[in-house]
Amino acid sequence: MSFVSAFGRFWWDFVVGDDWRAAAGVIAGIAATVMLAHASVAAWWLLPPVVVAVLYVSLRRATRADAA
Amino acid sequence: MSAAFLVLSSFLASAVEMVEALTIVLAAGLARGWRSSLTGVAAATVALAAVVAALGPALTVIPLNALRLTVGAVLLVFGLQWLRKAILRASGYKALHDEDAIFARSLAEAEHAGRVAGGGIDWYGFTLSFKGVFLEGLEVAFIVLTFGSTQGSIPLAATGAGVALVLVAGVGVAIRAPLSRVPENAMKFAVGTMLTTFGIFWSVEGAGAHWPGSDLALLAVLAFVGASSALLVTTLRNQRTALAAVGADA
Repeated sequence: MSFVSAFGRFWWDFVVGDDWRAAAGVIAGIAATVMLAHASVAAWWLLPPVVVAVLYVSLRRATRADAA
Repeated sequence: MSAAFLVLSSFLASAVEMVEALTIVLAAGLARGWRSSLTGVAAATVALAAVVAALGPALTVIPLNALRLTVGAVLLVFGLQWLRKAILRASGYKALHDEDAIFARSLAEAEHAGRVAGGGIDWYGFTLSFKGVFLEGLEVAFIVLTFGSTQGSIPLAATGAGVALVLVAGVGVAIRAPLSRVPENAMKFAVGTMLTTFGIFWSVEGAGAHWPGSDLALLAVLAFVGASSALLVTTLRNQRTALAAVGADA
């Protein structure tokens, strides 16, 4: 493995960890917040429930894999 | 209010990581000699200082909203990882972090590894200590720099980390044993909740939205994330108990 790919892999594991879909869900929630805010719509309420929903789905996936 | 929250979060996160690093340094020191172990600690400290010196000033020149959006997003992804693991531990789906067991395993591995000496240093002991301190320290540096830069006070965040360092290192030197009485699992849960809370708060501010009540909203977000996490722990515990009952009946 080259130094660059090992370096990238290290930071990916460090920040994202073992569920990239949870990270993608959070980024999608932030993107939606940016769009609402730029459309001058109150957007503060959106991200907290999105994060909890993403967490719930991620935990369900992890515990189902464990139970299987 | 947010300053106290900042120092407390930084202190808790740093203390947890330092307890883990201490366990590895102790195992390396006892099994491979203190000179190699402490040289590894010193080298890792220099490497961490270089990372902080490179990243710290770079973060201060980014416009605040862009910084909060980027750092908030990264912190949220990173914090959610902590919180997810903490919930899995609290609900019994993942083994609890046991500092005594980790110490015993690291010590046994270090005692049985072949000697790789050179220049008066045992390189196994050096590498073990270096990796432990650098990797755990990198998490501390990451948290201090992200918390500090978005809140506009890296020194305040560093104060929390500094107090944790003095406390953990002081107790570690005094007792020369892993700090297994530290309620690490509960602390990890608290840190995961705080990282996620800060991540949400700054991502929303960085996105250009405004919190009602300004900084006071941080407490509401903390309460929401904490209550939701507690509910998830209860749900998963019940699910696990039900699955075990079905398994016992079958």
